[in-house]
Amino acid sequence: MSASVSSVARRLGRFRRPSVIPGFGLTLGFTLTYFSLIILIPLIALAVRSAGLGPEGFWKAATDPRVLGALRVSFVSALFAAAVNVVFGTLIAWVLVRYRFPGRRIFDAIIDLPFALPTAVAGIALTAIYAPNGAIGALFAPLGWRIAYTPAGIIIAMIFIGLPFVVRTIQPILEEVSHEVEEASATLGASRLQTVTRVILPSLMPAILTGFALAFARAVGEYGSVIFIAGNIPFVSEIAPLLIVIRLEETNYAGAAAIASVMLIISFLLLFAINLIQAWSRRRYGYGN
Amino acid sequence: MATKLTARRKRRISPTSESRPVQWLLIGIAFLFMGVMLLLPLYAVFHEAFLKGIGAFFTGLAHKDAQAAIRLTLLVAAIAVPLNVIFGVAASWAIAKFEFKGKAFLITLIDLPFSVSPVISGLVYVLLFGAGSFLGPFLKSYGIEVLFALPGIVLATIFVTFPFVARELIPLMQDQGTGDEEAALSLGANGWQTFWRVTLPNIKWGLLYGVLLCNARAMGEFGAVAVVSGKIRGQTTTMPLQVEMLYNEYNGTAAFALASLLAMLALVTLVLKTALEWRFGQEIAAGANH
Repeated sequence: MSASVSSVARRLGRFRRPSVIPGFGLTLGFTLTYFSLIILIPLIALAVRSAGLGPEGFWKAATDPRVLGALRVSFVSALFAAAVNVVFGTLIAWVLVRYRFPGRRIFDAIIDLPFALPTAVAGIALTAIYAPNGAIGALFAPLGWRIAYTPAGIIIAMIFIGLPFVVRTIQPILEEVSHEVEEASATLGASRLQTVTRVILPSLMPAILTGFALAFARAVGEYGSVIFIAGNIPFVSEIAPLLIVIRLEETNYAGAAAIASVMLIISFLLLFAINLIQAWSRRRYGYGN
Repeated sequence: MATKLTARRKRRISPTSESRPVQWLLIGIAFLFMGVMLLLPLYAVFHEAFLKGIGAFFTGLAHKDAQAAIRLTLLVAAIAVPLNVIFGVAASWAIAKFEFKGKAFLITLIDLPFSVSPVISGLVYVLLFGAGSFLGPFLKSYGIEVLFALPGIVLATIFVTFPFVARELIPLMQDQGTGDEEAALSLGANGWQTFWRVTLPNIKWGLLYGVLLCNARAMGEFGAVAVVSGKIRGQTTTMPLQVEMLYNEYNGTAAFALASLLAMLALVTLVLKTALEWRFGQEIAAGANH
């Protein structure tokens, strides 16, 4: 009996472990077909179109000064926004997990608003608020500071869409940090501040880094919420996704594909970095998903 | 003496928490940040929508282009969401109920669309079906338009909402294991009966949760759809695209009126999502991180 099972396993080339449950071929086949049609083949089309430029043409399209300017605007703004989100996202996660106050669960639910609110809606709403005659814009206008239609506006929009990534990454990890290490730290004479900065924060570090990377990756690719508030001036406030759209409108498909390829390569490197952080964190702290 | 000591101990704060003033300060900062960054934009949408009165609000919504945009958005979601549900269920069945090589890699691949900029998600279909491609002219010769038409909008929407259902169901079904299904099969049920009567009831709340998130994104998607739609007024403009058009034409009231419908959709989604988390937390917990 066991001999026949193992021979079946061998015949399957050990690709999968035998099971009495039916439907493996059907479901995996459908999954792979659907994935190929929707995701893989279109991405290959992008690679083929970029490769069609040849190495020299690709390099020229990717290092065009306006392209470099747009990439710089996207990445630098995303970096700022993710940094702000790490600070306030960690603080919000801390408050939500550790303290009890009225309205906490509603507060917790509202954190997901940027996931649910369509980006174009967020974009025009933020513009209305931060424009020189808007609720917050009007506060800064007398000082000569403009937020909407400047790079500052881009960062505001990116903070908005990135916040839940940081909070939702840190929250479950913070819930699992055991109170015993804090008690140990306190009994050994550490002040509360020392305990927080030297015991708790280091164990949250992988989650904070992952949250940062997720918020950063999202902000780099963001389009809808940014373009209304950005001003869209080349070299100053023109983001890379917008330049892709502009290249498409000029029917410069290869140029658009080149920018997209550069952005995708960087996103995939980021994704890889996130996986490395989580693998490291699993080994070091025993958590990470 | 003894009572005095316990009274003092009661007033002292725990060594593993912060003092009250520090707690209230941190809570205050969190509330302020959330109020300014999240609630103010939400309020602004409704404020701007009703700025010129309720009449102007309804005039904006009653316009035939707005009506067409609403219908198109509902139609696109009605096609894209069920397809992603079928995919999500199939993928999680294959991944959670079987052990096979390359499974971890497949899970990573399913999440891939989340790390692609929405604009690029639309661009790939322009490259695949647009001028200078092989497929576009071929399909056109049979009278099938993909770009600047419904199929392109649906494809771009499916791309950006691809992982939503699958990523909720995979961890949930992995947690549940295969015991229930094996029991059903050993009692003589066939595969479909097992799925409909055993697996589906087990995953229904998690599935609903995934559908909710998938639908919100499908109806609200902007970047990917903007690239493939061609923005033909009254024909290929979804609600978010119509919002952009009206806004760029300085028709703020109509833009915000339509935007407020989308904001309502977001609020309803959040309320239902939160209700599901509170009521059925255990049954959707495995995958619930957002």
